[in-house]
Amino acid sequence: MTTRRHWLGLGLATTLALAAGCTGGAGGSDDDGGAGGEVTGEITVLTNRTDLAETALPAYAKEFEAKYPGTKVRFEAVTNYEGDVTAQLSSGDYGDVLLIPNTVAVDQLGQFFEPLGSTEELKAKYRFVDEKAFDGQVYGLSIGGVANGFVVNKRIWQQAGITAPPSTPEAFLAGLTKIKQSTGAVPFYTNYKDGWPLGFFNSQRAILADPAINDKFPADPAPWQPGKIEYITDGLLFDIVHNGLIEKDPLTTNWEGSKPMIATGKVATMLLGSWAVPQMKAAATAAGADPDDIAFWPFPYQTGGTFHARIEGDYKAAVSRSSGNKATARAWLDWFVNESGFAGDQEAIPPAVGQPLPAGLQAFQDTGVELVELPAATTNAGKEDEIIKESEIDLAGHIYRQKLVDIARGAAKGTKDSYFADLNKRWGDAHSRVMR
Amino acid sequence: MTALLSPPRPEVATKRPPRKKIPVHWFYLAPALILLITFTYVPVGNMVWYSFHKWDGLSPAMDPVGWDNYVRVFTDERYWRVFLISLYYFVASFAQIAIALYFAVILSFSTRFRNLFKGILFFPYLLNGVAVGFVFLYLFQPGGTLDSVLRLAGLGEHARLWLGDPDVANIALAGTSVWRFTGLSFVLFLGAIQSIPGEIYEAADLDGANRWHQFRYIIAPGIRRIISLSFILAISGSLAVFEIPFIMTGGANGTRTFVIQAYETAFQFRQIGLASSMAVVLLLLVLLITWIQRRLVPDDEVSLS
Repeated sequence: MTTRRHWLGLGLATTLALAAGCTGGAGGSDDDGGAGGEVTGEITVLTNRTDLAETALPAYAKEFEAKYPGTKVRFEAVTNYEGDVTAQLSSGDYGDVLLIPNTVAVDQLGQFFEPLGSTEELKAKYRFVDEKAFDGQVYGLSIGGVANGFVVNKRIWQQAGITAPPSTPEAFLAGLTKIKQSTGAVPFYTNYKDGWPLGFFNSQRAILADPAINDKFPADPAPWQPGKIEYITDGLLFDIVHNGLIEKDPLTTNWEGSKPMIATGKVATMLLGSWAVPQMKAAATAAGADPDDIAFWPFPYQTGGTFHARIEGDYKAAVSRSSGNKATARAWLDWFVNESGFAGDQEAIPPAVGQPLPAGLQAFQDTGVELVELPAATTNAGKEDEIIKESEIDLAGHIYRQKLVDIARGAAKGTKDSYFADLNKRWGDAHSRVMR
Repeated sequence: MTALLSPPRPEVATKRPPRKKIPVHWFYLAPALILLITFTYVPVGNMVWYSFHKWDGLSPAMDPVGWDNYVRVFTDERYWRVFLISLYYFVASFAQIAIALYFAVILSFSTRFRNLFKGILFFPYLLNGVAVGFVFLYLFQPGGTLDSVLRLAGLGEHARLWLGDPDVANIALAGTSVWRFTGLSFVLFLGAIQSIPGEIYEAADLDGANRWHQFRYIIAPGIRRIISLSFILAISGSLAVFEIPFIMTGGANGTRTFVIQAYETAFQFRQIGLASSMAVVLLLLVLLITWIQRRLVPDDEVSLS
């Protein structure tokens, strides 16, 4: 459901992806390496972390190889992960362990990946198991979870007289306006050009504190009606832009460039995941600013007097169905998720239930935010994706939100009401075709 | 001497039974044909096949939907409207051809630093399209190169959001495209002009023709075919614009071209069938326009004598 394509991996991705097609060790027939086989031999792991493929990941692999002698783990870093791996999937040669591309619909999971166990059984051990599950079978385990909210420069907000996270959209807008008036900073940076950060407006569903929302969402033919979730989140984006609280020319924004900007206080706010906090702090250190200025705030909306922030697994790792060495692949997956310490190293939420939150998120939770894990849709599983495809409204993406920003800043015809009515109509038309 | 003119036929030849004819020419043609069929006609055939199905590119099942995809491309405004963006690039291609022709004519006569200018004009075409996109992204930034140059020239008040302003964005992108492809047209024209024999100019000079006359009566008719080819390239190119707007704006702010729309349909929304029908429509349009143009401008043999 959530197409979070980029976390941490967007760090300076200088390492080139290996040429597709050199997935060497992954060949072999379908059946010779059932999960019951011996843990030995070589496996290939596909990763989107081009920045870690030559450094941190081989270090993990060494530990694994020490625990299981006779194994060898090779990494294949893929720069354009979604696109390239989707193409590899259809060719049948896609490594032994890989992250599930979001292009794979939930009902297709069984076609490409090995089932890892039943949802019931794994739920007791891991978080986020239902996000890549179908028919009670889990196909992917999260390698680290993130919380959703605003990355802010605390110092700038303080200069505008605001020290605690605003609790309503109105208070938030007023705060941004004050920043514009009293500091030289850009109140809110959209990252319009790169686009994907706009998708985080889709990750705020937990604010309504309704655990069934993922099932209810595709059942609703008009989610852009006042009071509904898209009206609240997309509406806030519209108002921010309409009030002129964003950068001067959204067409020339730059993700890499935005990190030092928020770190040094040229930008006050961005909507991202908690994974961005360590990157921004690193940018602050690099720019000679104070990393403690960077904080993480919840979306300005309270239900029952409390903030709710969605936590979710990022990419889920899975065992390839066409792998020739499934035993080793499974052993690596389990080891990586449970014992490697990868999530902790990345300041992500550990996937195993019961392991402590990283310090940054602990602080976030301590401000009174309830972290909510939203169960994936069950009765309407996969329907939301189908409506998205049919209507070409990329809820988790940026195409229709760029248009929304254009309308809000007066660069395209329309108003908030006319555009939301149009979205409701397009969504409704597709809805009636998909949900009949 | 006479014996040499009619040599006796060697006997062996008559005795040998008539050999079965092996179509040798197919062996020589085979590599080219195999490559052509595998990499051109089979994919096009696949594309046409996909265009009659609803398919997400991964699922083993393809649902046949008949002409539905085509009906959608022509009836849903979001799909055909993007063609209008091509008009910007089409208009720009006239500027491109005019500039290229102008410089090709000038530099085909003896001009100082001729080769240097040729190099300068051709250089942009050698750059990778992605690099061009990035370079111009910086050029068009607020306070970027273009704005600075305008300010230095005392025209600072004309600075604007070159990509952020929807009225200017497409013109800025079309301008980038002109910058990139002028070099190609220029080289084509230059080559054609230089193939015109020098004596003709000498004769024209003796007859008292000036440069304009030479252009009007010698060069223009002499390179008519190349000009016509340039127009075909310009039209099909402006229908199929992709990389420059894709890199610079990603199709945002009203700069989405037909090909960007097709790309998004195929790879963001996984509607391979619908996107294939868009591609087929584009292919047919280009063929149609080329055909019309060949009818309007018949391909006569060029003769200057």
